[in-house]
Amino acid sequence: MRFYEYEAKQLFRQLRMPLLKGRVAKTPAEAKTIAEEIGGPLVLKSQVLSGGRMKAGGVKFPDDPAGAEQAAKEVLALEINGHTPRGVLVEERGPVAQEYFAAVTWDGRAKAPVIIFSDMGGIDIEEVAEKHPEHVGRVHFSTIVPFNPFRAKEAISATGVSGSELNRLTPIVAALAEAFLRYDLTLAEINPLARLEDGRFLVLDGHVDMEAEARDRHAKLLDDLGIGKDETREARPPTEFEIKGAAVDATDHRGVAGNVKEFDGDLGLVIGAGGGSLTLFDAVRNHGGKPANYCEIGGNPSVQKACGLTKLILSKPGVKKIAVMMNVVSNTRVDIVARGVIKGCVESGRDPGETIAIFRIPGAWEDDGFKILEKYGVEYCDRSVSMYEAAGRAVAKMSK
Amino acid sequence: MADGMFIQVEVDDAVAKDKELVKKLVEVCAVDIFAQKDDGSLEIVRPNLDECVLCDLCVQAAPTGKVRVVKLYE
Repeated sequence: MRFYEYEAKQLFRQLRMPLLKGRVAKTPAEAKTIAEEIGGPLVLKSQVLSGGRMKAGGVKFPDDPAGAEQAAKEVLALEINGHTPRGVLVEERGPVAQEYFAAVTWDGRAKAPVIIFSDMGGIDIEEVAEKHPEHVGRVHFSTIVPFNPFRAKEAISATGVSGSELNRLTPIVAALAEAFLRYDLTLAEINPLARLEDGRFLVLDGHVDMEAEARDRHAKLLDDLGIGKDETREARPPTEFEIKGAAVDATDHRGVAGNVKEFDGDLGLVIGAGGGSLTLFDAVRNHGGKPANYCEIGGNPSVQKACGLTKLILSKPGVKKIAVMMNVVSNTRVDIVARGVIKGCVESGRDPGETIAIFRIPGAWEDDGFKILEKYGVEYCDRSVSMYEAAGRAVAKMSK
Repeated sequence: MADGMFIQVEVDDAVAKDKELVKKLVEVCAVDIFAQKDDGSLEIVRPNLDECVLCDLCVQAAPTGKVRVVKLYE
Protein backbone atom coordinates (compact mmCIF):
# COMPACT_ATOMS: atom_id res chain seq x y z
CA MET A 1 0.00 0.00 0.00
CA ARG A 2 1.65 3.14 -1.26
CA PHE A 3 1.77 6.34 0.79
CA TYR A 4 1.43 9.80 -0.67
CA GLU A 5 4.63 11.81 -0.41
CA TYR A 6 3.20 14.01 2.33
CA GLU A 7 2.22 10.92 4.33
CA ALA A 8 5.69 9.43 3.86
CA LYS A 9 7.15 12.67 5.14
CA GLN A 10 4.81 12.69 8.15
CA LEU A 11 6.19 9.25 8.95
CA PHE A 12 9.75 10.47 8.45
CA ARG A 13 9.03 13.39 10.75
CA GLN A 14 7.93 10.96 13.48
CA LEU A 15 11.29 9.25 12.99
CA ARG A 16 13.04 12.61 13.54
CA MET A 17 14.45 12.75 10.04
CA PRO A 18 15.47 16.22 8.83
CA LEU A 19 12.79 17.62 6.53
CA LEU A 20 12.07 20.82 4.70
CA LYS A 21 9.51 23.16 6.23
CA GLY A 22 6.14 22.68 4.62
CA ARG A 23 2.82 20.89 4.55
CA VAL A 24 0.04 19.85 2.24
CA ALA A 25 -2.58 22.26 0.93
CA LYS A 26 -5.97 21.37 -0.48
CA THR A 27 -6.72 24.74 -2.05
CA PRO A 28 -4.71 27.53 -3.73
CA ALA A 29 -5.57 29.88 -0.85
CA GLU A 30 -4.24 27.37 1.66
CA ALA A 31 -1.07 27.02 -0.43
CA LYS A 32 -0.62 30.80 -0.31
CA THR A 33 -0.98 30.83 3.48
CA ILE A 34 1.60 28.05 3.88
CA ALA A 35 3.95 29.90 1.49
CA GLU A 36 3.63 33.05 3.60
CA GLU A 37 4.49 31.07 6.73
CA ILE A 38 7.57 29.54 5.08
CA GLY A 39 8.81 32.65 3.24
CA GLY A 40 11.41 32.54 0.46
CA PRO A 41 11.57 30.34 -2.63
CA LEU A 42 9.27 27.34 -2.72
CA VAL A 43 8.60 24.02 -4.36
CA LEU A 44 5.03 22.79 -4.94
CA LYS A 45 4.41 19.14 -5.67
CA SER A 46 1.24 17.41 -6.79
CA GLN A 47 0.17 14.66 -4.38
CA VAL A 48 -0.67 11.74 -6.63
CA LEU A 49 0.16 8.04 -6.34
CA SER A 50 1.97 8.07 -9.64
CA GLY A 51 5.41 8.74 -11.00
CA GLY A 52 6.24 11.23 -13.74
CA ARG A 53 5.05 14.28 -11.79
CA MET A 54 7.83 16.52 -13.00
CA LYS A 55 7.37 15.66 -16.67
CA ALA A 56 3.60 16.11 -16.40
CA GLY A 57 3.97 19.57 -14.88
CA GLY A 58 2.99 18.51 -11.39
CA VAL A 59 6.02 20.15 -9.76
CA LYS A 60 6.42 23.94 -9.73
CA PHE A 61 9.01 26.32 -8.31
CA PRO A 62 7.36 29.63 -7.36
CA ASP A 63 9.35 32.35 -5.62
CA ASP A 64 6.65 33.96 -3.51
CA PRO A 65 3.19 33.37 -1.99
CA ALA A 66 1.33 34.88 -4.95
CA GLY A 67 3.24 32.60 -7.31
CA ALA A 68 2.50 29.68 -4.99
CA GLU A 69 -1.23 30.37 -5.14
CA GLN A 70 -1.19 30.43 -8.95
CA ALA A 71 1.03 27.33 -9.16
CA ALA A 72 -1.22 25.45 -6.71
CA LYS A 73 -4.25 26.32 -8.84
CA GLU A 74 -2.57 24.76 -11.88
CA VAL A 75 -1.21 21.70 -10.04
CA LEU A 76 -4.52 20.91 -8.32
CA ALA A 77 -6.34 20.99 -11.67
CA LEU A 78 -3.81 18.71 -13.34
CA GLU A 79 -4.59 15.02 -13.68
CA ILE A 80 -1.44 12.88 -13.84
CA ASN A 81 -1.63 9.42 -15.42
CA GLY A 82 -5.32 9.29 -14.58
CA HIS A 83 -4.81 10.36 -10.96
CA THR A 84 -6.46 13.46 -9.53
CA PRO A 85 -4.21 15.15 -6.96
CA ARG A 86 -5.21 14.81 -3.36
CA GLY A 87 -3.48 18.10 -2.60
CA VAL A 88 -0.32 20.02 -3.22
CA LEU A 89 2.72 19.81 -0.99
CA VAL A 90 4.14 23.28 -0.36
CA GLU A 91 7.74 23.24 0.86
CA GLU A 92 10.71 25.55 1.20
CA ARG A 93 13.36 25.39 -1.52
CA GLY A 94 17.08 25.60 -0.90
CA PRO A 95 20.16 25.39 -3.11
CA VAL A 96 21.31 21.78 -3.27
CA ALA A 97 25.04 20.99 -3.20
CA GLN A 98 24.73 17.21 -3.60
CA GLU A 99 21.97 14.63 -3.95
CA TYR A 100 22.01 11.08 -2.57
CA PHE A 101 19.73 8.06 -2.86
CA ALA A 102 18.78 5.87 0.08
CA ALA A 103 16.32 3.00 0.12
CA VAL A 104 15.45 -0.11 2.04
CA THR A 105 13.55 -2.87 0.33
CA TRP A 106 13.21 -6.63 0.32
CA ASP A 107 15.68 -8.73 -1.62
CA GLY A 108 13.77 -11.83 -2.62
CA ARG A 109 16.88 -13.70 -3.71
CA ALA A 110 18.78 -13.06 -0.50
CA LYS A 111 15.58 -13.49 1.54
CA ALA A 112 16.57 -10.44 3.58
CA PRO A 113 16.03 -6.70 3.56
CA VAL A 114 18.68 -4.65 1.81
CA ILE A 115 19.89 -1.09 2.26
CA ILE A 116 20.73 0.56 -1.05
CA PHE A 117 22.66 3.81 -0.96
CA SER A 118 24.11 5.96 -3.71
CA ASP A 119 25.95 9.26 -3.71
CA MET A 120 24.38 9.91 -7.12
CA GLY A 121 20.81 10.68 -6.12
CA GLY A 122 17.97 12.42 -7.87
CA ILE A 123 18.10 10.15 -10.90
CA ASP A 124 16.94 6.65 -11.64
CA ILE A 125 18.84 4.25 -9.37
CA GLU A 126 18.74 1.45 -11.96
CA GLU A 127 20.59 3.74 -14.36
CA VAL A 128 23.22 4.54 -11.72
CA ALA A 129 23.64 0.85 -10.89
CA GLU A 130 24.20 0.05 -14.55
CA LYS A 131 26.53 2.90 -15.48
CA HIS A 132 28.25 3.64 -12.17
CA PRO A 133 28.10 0.49 -10.02
CA GLU A 134 30.88 1.83 -7.78
CA HIS A 135 28.45 4.53 -6.68
CA VAL A 136 25.89 2.07 -5.31
CA GLY A 137 26.30 0.41 -1.91
CA ARG A 138 24.18 -2.58 -0.93
CA VAL A 139 24.10 -4.13 2.53
CA HIS A 140 21.69 -6.81 3.72
CA PHE A 141 20.53 -7.04 7.30
CA SER A 142 18.64 -9.42 9.52
CA THR A 143 14.97 -9.31 10.39
CA ILE A 144 15.65 -11.41 13.48
CA VAL A 145 18.33 -9.61 15.47
CA PRO A 146 17.90 -5.93 16.36
CA PHE A 147 19.03 -3.55 13.62
CA ASN A 148 22.54 -2.18 14.02
CA PRO A 149 23.11 1.31 12.51
CA PHE A 150 26.56 0.15 11.52
CA ARG A 151 24.91 -1.67 8.62
CA ALA A 152 23.69 1.69 7.30
CA LYS A 153 27.20 3.08 7.68
CA GLU A 154 28.62 0.18 5.66
CA ALA A 155 26.18 0.82 2.81
CA ILE A 156 27.07 4.52 2.70
CA SER A 157 30.84 4.08 3.01
CA ALA A 158 30.77 1.51 0.17
CA THR A 159 30.23 4.46 -2.20
CA GLY A 160 33.32 6.27 -0.91
CA VAL A 161 31.48 8.71 1.37
CA SER A 162 33.52 9.33 4.51
CA GLY A 163 34.20 11.68 7.41
CA SER A 164 31.55 14.08 8.65
CA GLU A 165 29.33 13.39 5.68
CA LEU A 166 29.26 9.69 6.56
CA ASN A 167 28.52 10.42 10.19
CA ARG A 168 25.64 12.75 9.34
CA LEU A 169 24.07 10.47 6.72
CA THR A 170 24.23 7.32 8.86
CA PRO A 171 21.42 8.17 11.34
CA ILE A 172 19.08 9.12 8.48
CA VAL A 173 19.63 5.87 6.60
CA ALA A 174 19.53 3.87 9.84
CA ALA A 175 16.17 5.45 10.71
CA LEU A 176 14.90 4.43 7.29
CA ALA A 177 15.92 0.81 7.93
CA GLU A 178 14.36 0.83 11.39
CA ALA A 179 11.11 2.20 9.94
CA PHE A 180 11.18 -0.55 7.31
CA LEU A 181 11.26 -3.19 10.03
CA ARG A 182 8.96 -1.51 12.55
CA TYR A 183 6.15 -0.73 10.11
CA ASP A 184 6.30 -3.80 7.84
CA LEU A 185 7.24 -1.70 4.84
CA THR A 186 8.05 -3.18 1.46
CA LEU A 187 9.85 -0.03 0.37
CA ALA A 188 11.21 2.97 2.24
CA GLU A 189 13.00 5.31 -0.10
CA ILE A 190 14.47 8.80 0.04
CA ASN A 191 15.34 10.23 -3.34
CA PRO A 192 16.81 12.69 -3.23
CA LEU A 193 18.41 12.95 0.14
CA ALA A 194 20.20 16.26 -0.19
CA ARG A 195 23.09 18.19 1.25
CA LEU A 196 22.21 21.84 0.87
CA GLU A 197 24.78 24.51 0.25
CA ASP A 198 24.34 25.67 3.84
CA GLY A 199 25.51 22.21 4.98
CA ARG A 200 22.14 20.82 6.11
CA PHE A 201 21.19 17.25 5.16
CA LEU A 202 17.51 17.03 4.25
CA VAL A 203 14.97 14.57 2.93
CA LEU A 204 13.61 16.14 -0.26
CA ASP A 205 11.33 13.35 -1.49
CA GLY A 206 10.16 10.07 -0.04
CA HIS A 207 8.42 6.94 -1.22
CA VAL A 208 6.91 4.49 1.24
CA ASP A 209 5.03 1.26 0.57
CA MET A 210 3.51 -0.77 3.38
CA GLU A 211 2.66 -4.46 3.14
CA ALA A 212 -1.14 -4.40 2.72
CA GLU A 213 -1.56 -7.42 5.00
CA ALA A 214 0.09 -5.44 7.82
CA ARG A 215 -2.51 -2.67 7.87
CA ASP A 216 -4.25 -3.98 10.98
CA ARG A 217 -0.96 -4.15 12.88
CA HIS A 218 -0.34 -0.49 12.18
CA ALA A 219 -3.84 0.87 12.56
CA LYS A 220 -2.64 3.58 14.96
CA LEU A 221 0.04 4.85 12.55
CA LEU A 222 -2.38 4.84 9.61
CA ASP A 223 -4.94 6.66 11.73
CA ASP A 224 -2.31 9.26 12.70
CA LEU A 225 -1.46 9.74 9.02
CA GLY A 226 -5.14 10.12 8.15
CA ILE A 227 -5.31 7.00 6.01
CA GLY A 228 -8.85 5.62 6.20
CA LYS A 229 -9.61 1.93 6.64
CA ASP A 230 -11.53 1.92 3.35
CA GLU A 231 -8.64 3.37 1.36
CA THR A 232 -7.30 0.36 -0.50
CA ARG A 233 -4.76 2.34 -2.54
CA GLU A 234 -5.14 -0.22 -5.31
CA ALA A 235 -4.47 0.79 -8.92
CA ARG A 236 -8.23 0.68 -9.52
CA PRO A 237 -11.34 0.18 -7.38
CA PRO A 238 -12.26 -3.48 -6.80
CA THR A 239 -14.84 -4.96 -9.17
CA GLU A 240 -18.05 -6.56 -7.91
CA PHE A 241 -16.45 -9.95 -8.63
CA GLU A 242 -13.44 -9.05 -6.49
CA ILE A 243 -15.62 -7.76 -3.65
CA LYS A 244 -17.51 -11.07 -3.71
CA GLY A 245 -14.14 -12.89 -3.63
CA ALA A 246 -13.17 -11.01 -0.48
CA ALA A 247 -16.55 -11.93 1.02
CA VAL A 248 -15.92 -15.61 0.31
CA ASP A 249 -12.55 -15.38 2.04
CA ALA A 250 -14.11 -13.64 5.03
CA THR A 251 -16.67 -16.38 5.64
CA ASP A 252 -14.23 -18.51 7.58
CA HIS A 253 -10.98 -17.99 9.46
CA ARG A 254 -9.45 -21.16 8.08
CA GLY A 255 -6.93 -20.69 5.29
CA VAL A 256 -7.15 -18.35 2.35
CA ALA A 257 -9.42 -18.60 -0.66
CA GLY A 258 -9.51 -15.08 -1.95
CA ASN A 259 -7.40 -12.16 -3.17
CA VAL A 260 -9.36 -12.53 -6.37
CA LYS A 261 -8.49 -10.26 -9.29
CA GLU A 262 -10.70 -10.13 -12.34
CA PHE A 263 -9.45 -10.64 -15.88
CA ASP A 264 -11.40 -11.07 -19.09
CA GLY A 265 -10.39 -14.60 -20.10
CA ASP A 266 -12.33 -17.87 -20.18
CA LEU A 267 -10.17 -20.12 -17.97
CA GLY A 268 -11.00 -19.76 -14.28
CA LEU A 269 -8.08 -20.28 -11.95
CA VAL A 270 -8.06 -21.77 -8.47
CA ILE A 271 -4.36 -21.41 -7.75
CA GLY A 272 -1.91 -20.80 -4.96
CA ALA A 273 0.86 -22.01 -2.65
CA GLY A 274 3.89 -19.95 -1.74
CA GLY A 275 4.13 -17.87 -4.90
CA GLY A 276 2.59 -20.68 -6.94
CA SER A 277 -0.33 -18.51 -7.94
CA LEU A 278 1.94 -15.98 -9.66
CA THR A 279 3.97 -18.73 -11.33
CA LEU A 280 0.85 -20.54 -12.50
CA PHE A 281 -0.84 -17.40 -13.75
CA ASP A 282 2.23 -16.59 -15.83
CA ALA A 283 2.45 -20.20 -17.03
CA VAL A 284 -1.15 -20.14 -18.25
CA ARG A 285 -0.49 -16.92 -20.17
CA ASN A 286 2.76 -18.30 -21.53
CA HIS A 287 0.87 -21.23 -23.00
CA GLY A 288 -1.52 -18.83 -24.69
CA GLY A 289 -4.30 -19.25 -22.13
CA LYS A 290 -6.62 -16.46 -21.12
CA PRO A 291 -7.15 -16.37 -17.35
CA ALA A 292 -10.55 -15.22 -16.14
CA ASN A 293 -9.10 -14.38 -12.76
CA TYR A 294 -6.15 -14.44 -10.44
CA CYS A 295 -6.63 -15.73 -6.90
CA GLU A 296 -4.81 -17.20 -3.93
CA ILE A 297 -5.80 -20.38 -2.19
CA GLY A 298 -3.80 -22.00 0.58
CA GLY A 299 -3.29 -22.49 4.28
CA ASN A 300 -5.96 -25.19 4.33
CA PRO A 301 -9.21 -23.35 3.67
CA SER A 302 -12.44 -25.07 4.63
CA VAL A 303 -14.33 -27.10 2.06
CA GLN A 304 -17.06 -24.49 2.11
CA LYS A 305 -14.59 -21.72 1.34
CA ALA A 306 -12.98 -23.59 -1.56
CA CYS A 307 -16.49 -24.38 -2.77
CA GLY A 308 -17.52 -20.72 -2.52
CA LEU A 309 -14.49 -19.57 -4.49
CA THR A 310 -15.17 -22.16 -7.18
CA LYS A 311 -18.80 -21.14 -7.45
CA LEU A 312 -17.83 -17.49 -7.70
CA ILE A 313 -15.37 -18.16 -10.51
CA LEU A 314 -17.84 -20.36 -12.36
CA SER A 315 -20.49 -17.66 -12.06
CA LYS A 316 -18.35 -15.27 -14.07
CA PRO A 317 -19.73 -14.91 -17.59
CA GLY A 318 -17.54 -16.57 -20.20
CA VAL A 319 -15.75 -18.99 -17.87
CA LYS A 320 -15.70 -22.34 -19.65
CA LYS A 321 -13.46 -24.36 -17.37
CA ILE A 322 -11.35 -23.99 -14.27
CA ALA A 323 -7.80 -25.13 -13.57
CA VAL A 324 -7.03 -26.09 -9.98
CA MET A 325 -3.30 -25.93 -9.49
CA MET A 326 -0.88 -25.43 -6.66
CA ASN A 327 2.73 -26.01 -5.82
CA VAL A 328 3.49 -29.08 -3.67
CA VAL A 329 1.55 -28.40 -0.47
CA SER A 330 2.20 -29.37 3.11
CA ASN A 331 -0.03 -26.86 4.90
CA THR A 332 -3.04 -27.41 2.68
CA ARG A 333 -4.81 -30.73 2.30
CA VAL A 334 -5.31 -31.98 -1.21
CA ASP A 335 -8.47 -33.90 -0.31
CA ILE A 336 -10.09 -30.85 1.30
CA VAL A 337 -9.48 -28.67 -1.77
CA ALA A 338 -10.66 -31.50 -4.04
CA ARG A 339 -13.90 -31.73 -2.04
CA GLY A 340 -14.37 -27.97 -2.22
CA VAL A 341 -13.88 -27.51 -5.94
CA ILE A 342 -15.97 -30.56 -6.85
CA LYS A 343 -18.75 -29.40 -4.56
CA GLY A 344 -18.49 -25.94 -6.17
CA CYS A 345 -18.92 -27.45 -9.63
CA VAL A 346 -21.87 -29.59 -8.60
CA GLU A 347 -23.62 -26.73 -6.79
CA SER A 348 -23.09 -24.60 -9.92
CA GLY A 349 -24.86 -27.28 -11.97
CA ARG A 350 -21.68 -28.28 -13.76
CA ASP A 351 -20.06 -31.68 -14.28
CA PRO A 352 -16.73 -31.64 -12.39
CA GLY A 353 -15.14 -33.98 -14.94
CA GLU A 354 -15.99 -31.58 -17.75
CA THR A 355 -15.44 -28.36 -15.85
CA ILE A 356 -12.10 -28.95 -14.13
CA ALA A 357 -9.52 -28.84 -16.92
CA ILE A 358 -6.77 -30.07 -14.64
CA PHE A 359 -6.25 -30.65 -10.92
CA ARG A 360 -2.59 -30.40 -10.05
CA ILE A 361 -2.18 -30.24 -6.29
CA PRO A 362 0.35 -32.70 -4.95
CA GLY A 363 1.07 -32.95 -1.24
CA ALA A 364 -0.65 -33.69 2.04
CA TRP A 365 -3.48 -36.24 1.81
CA GLU A 366 -3.06 -36.55 -1.94
CA ASP A 367 -4.07 -40.22 -1.94
CA ASP A 368 -7.51 -39.31 -0.61
CA GLY A 369 -7.68 -36.32 -2.91
CA PHE A 370 -6.92 -38.41 -5.97
CA LYS A 371 -9.59 -40.97 -5.02
CA ILE A 372 -12.16 -38.18 -4.86
CA LEU A 373 -11.07 -36.83 -8.24
CA GLU A 374 -11.20 -40.29 -9.80
CA LYS A 375 -14.73 -40.77 -8.54
CA TYR A 376 -15.85 -37.59 -10.28
CA GLY A 377 -13.83 -38.20 -13.45
CA VAL A 378 -11.50 -35.24 -12.99
CA GLU A 379 -8.10 -35.28 -14.70
CA TYR A 380 -5.38 -34.88 -12.11
CA CYS A 381 -1.64 -35.11 -11.90
CA ASP A 382 0.93 -35.52 -9.16
CA ARG A 383 4.27 -33.80 -8.53
CA SER A 384 5.92 -35.61 -11.45
CA VAL A 385 4.09 -33.11 -13.66
CA SER A 386 5.49 -29.60 -13.31
CA MET A 387 3.26 -26.61 -12.67
CA TYR A 388 4.22 -25.30 -16.11
CA GLU A 389 3.22 -28.54 -17.82
CA ALA A 390 -0.04 -28.72 -15.90
CA ALA A 391 -0.88 -25.18 -16.99
CA GLY A 392 -0.17 -26.24 -20.57
CA ARG A 393 -2.54 -29.19 -20.27
CA ALA A 394 -5.28 -26.92 -18.95
CA VAL A 395 -4.82 -24.44 -21.79
CA ALA A 396 -4.80 -27.25 -24.37
CA LYS A 397 -8.17 -28.47 -23.08
CA MET A 398 -9.72 -25.06 -23.68
CA SER A 399 -9.48 -25.47 -27.44
CA LYS A 400 -11.07 -28.93 -27.45
CA MET B 1 -26.60 -41.95 9.85
CA ALA B 2 -25.97 -38.76 7.93
CA ASP B 3 -24.45 -38.23 4.48
CA GLY B 4 -22.49 -35.41 3.00
CA MET B 5 -21.17 -35.54 -0.53
CA PHE B 6 -17.92 -37.10 0.57
CA ILE B 7 -18.34 -38.15 4.18
CA GLN B 8 -20.93 -40.21 5.98
CA VAL B 9 -21.13 -40.40 9.77
CA GLU B 10 -22.90 -43.26 11.50
CA VAL B 11 -23.67 -43.05 15.21
CA ASP B 12 -25.36 -45.84 17.16
CA ASP B 13 -28.66 -44.88 18.74
CA ALA B 14 -27.38 -45.65 22.23
CA VAL B 15 -24.51 -43.18 21.78
CA ALA B 16 -26.78 -40.55 20.21
CA LYS B 17 -28.97 -40.62 23.33
CA ASP B 18 -26.15 -40.67 25.87
CA LYS B 19 -25.82 -37.07 27.12
CA GLU B 20 -22.24 -37.47 28.33
CA LEU B 21 -21.03 -39.17 25.15
CA VAL B 22 -22.76 -36.57 22.99
CA LYS B 23 -21.04 -33.85 25.00
CA LYS B 24 -17.72 -35.55 24.32
CA LEU B 25 -18.41 -35.79 20.59
CA VAL B 26 -19.26 -32.09 20.46
CA GLU B 27 -16.05 -31.29 22.31
CA VAL B 28 -13.69 -33.32 20.15
CA CYS B 29 -14.94 -32.39 16.70
CA ALA B 30 -12.88 -29.50 15.35
CA VAL B 31 -15.26 -28.82 12.49
CA ASP B 32 -18.55 -28.84 14.44
CA ILE B 33 -20.17 -31.88 12.89
CA PHE B 34 -21.82 -32.72 16.21
CA ALA B 35 -24.20 -30.58 18.24
CA GLN B 36 -26.25 -31.31 21.35
CA LYS B 37 -29.99 -30.77 21.29
CA ASP B 38 -31.82 -29.21 24.25
CA ASP B 39 -32.79 -32.67 25.50
CA GLY B 40 -29.11 -33.72 25.47
CA SER B 41 -29.35 -35.99 22.46
CA LEU B 42 -27.17 -35.82 19.36
CA GLU B 43 -27.73 -33.64 16.34
CA ILE B 44 -25.53 -34.08 13.27
CA VAL B 45 -24.86 -30.78 11.54
CA ARG B 46 -25.20 -31.85 7.92
CA PRO B 47 -23.63 -28.77 6.26
CA ASN B 48 -20.43 -29.50 8.19
CA LEU B 49 -20.14 -33.19 7.28
CA ASP B 50 -17.88 -32.59 4.31
CA GLU B 51 -15.56 -30.50 6.46
CA CYS B 52 -14.55 -33.70 8.31
CA VAL B 53 -10.75 -33.84 8.50
CA LEU B 54 -10.75 -37.57 9.27
CA CYS B 55 -9.02 -37.05 12.59
CA ASP B 56 -10.90 -40.01 14.13
CA LEU B 57 -11.29 -38.26 17.48
CA CYS B 58 -15.04 -38.93 17.45
CA VAL B 59 -14.39 -42.59 16.70
CA GLN B 60 -12.02 -42.76 19.67
CA ALA B 61 -14.38 -40.82 21.96
CA ALA B 62 -17.11 -43.45 21.72
CA PRO B 63 -17.04 -47.15 22.57
CA THR B 64 -15.38 -49.18 19.81
CA GLY B 65 -17.46 -49.35 16.65
CA LYS B 66 -20.26 -47.11 17.90
CA VAL B 67 -19.26 -44.07 15.80
CA ARG B 68 -18.15 -44.69 12.25
CA VAL B 69 -16.83 -42.24 9.67
CA VAL B 70 -17.19 -43.46 6.11
CA LYS B 71 -15.43 -42.03 3.09
CA LEU B 72 -18.02 -42.05 0.35
CA TYR B 73 -15.35 -41.86 -2.33
CA GLU B 74 -13.83 -45.23 -1.55
